[in-house]
Amino acid sequence: MIGNTDAVKVLDSKRGNSVFVATMNANNVGFGLPSISSNDALDFPISGAMSKASSVGLGLALAQPDRKIMVLDGDGSLLMNLGTLVTLSNKAPKNMYHFLFNNGVYAVTGGQPIPGAGKVDWEDMAKGAGYAAVFSFDNLEDLTTGIDAVLASEGPVFIHLEITPEVEETPVAFRPRPRRSVQTAFRELPEALAKG
Amino acid sequence: MTTQETVLHPAAIIEELKKNNFTHVVWLPDSETNFMYQLLTNEPTLDLVPVCREGETMAIAAGLWVGGMKPVVLIQNTGIFESGDSIRGLGLDINQPLVMLVGYRGWSRHGITTDSAARFIEHILHAWGISYYLIETDDDAGRITSALEEAERTNKPVAVLVGTEFGA
Repeated sequence: MIGNTDAVKVLDSKRGNSVFVATMNANNVGFGLPSISSNDALDFPISGAMSKASSVGLGLALAQPDRKIMVLDGDGSLLMNLGTLVTLSNKAPKNMYHFLFNNGVYAVTGGQPIPGAGKVDWEDMAKGAGYAAVFSFDNLEDLTTGIDAVLASEGPVFIHLEITPEVEETPVAFRPRPRRSVQTAFRELPEALAKG
Repeated sequence: MTTQETVLHPAAIIEELKKNNFTHVVWLPDSETNFMYQLLTNEPTLDLVPVCREGETMAIAAGLWVGGMKPVVLIQNTGIFESGDSIRGLGLDINQPLVMLVGYRGWSRHGITTDSAARFIEHILHAWGISYYLIETDDDAGRITSALEEAERTNKPVAVLVGTEFGA
């Protein structure tokens, strides 16, 4: 298992000018991307439309073919939008890296198990959908040493990460809000992209 | 009698999309737009993005838009129902000037409208505060431009209801 924050840190350390499209625990204010990001001008939080981070990422990847787009998805989220695997592999953007944070639970709603937790073979699903390359990591050391090979691969690449569940127990109304909202990100991202 | 003017040809739609410099058509096929497919695949200025389920279209269009492209969504009214949370959480909440071409399944100017897809769609658009235009013939195709102008003026999604199946 890989800690949520540790996984995000590894990806952020290799980001360059990549855009991160992050959702759910990967985008948690306390232990996700907003807590460690080295370039939040290119962070793109998706919380307003459940499950659609990979779809927004696909649009961005098609619009910005010379820039890596890294989607930080959740397993519960991806289950809500499974067709995206085929939609995405059909368009096959070479600059698309789809990371799945698989913690087996709906972490933001109290930790209920997702359907098929522990049974679903995400690697097989991505391969079957037609991704150009598929990787899987279940410990931090392998992720740290393997990330360069991931990012050297031509997309669309699917990367399955086994993540330690970190469950939000605080009532939603009392959780810290992100400094940068979805609306702010949509408003500011075009300028950040223009800067290179 | 059906005349040339009372038929909606897919070429009229595509010409309107080209005139307005749309870059991508994000779509899921339906009977109202069936005849467009071949023309779209042969049109080099429009990149076709097929989806598996309509809710994806709104999110892909949002990504394309923020990345500097000019997408249009093309789905059936049934797909609007399926896309509800994405229209709310993306199109409306992020103020995206998005034109949605929507096949108006069940629509007729004559008799009783029995198809619930037709009976509900305008109410749903009203509930979301989304303006819409109806096109039924080639003469109406200019309403796509009107919809785009309104979308860009208001920074909101605007629907164009395609009220007839295309003539071949």
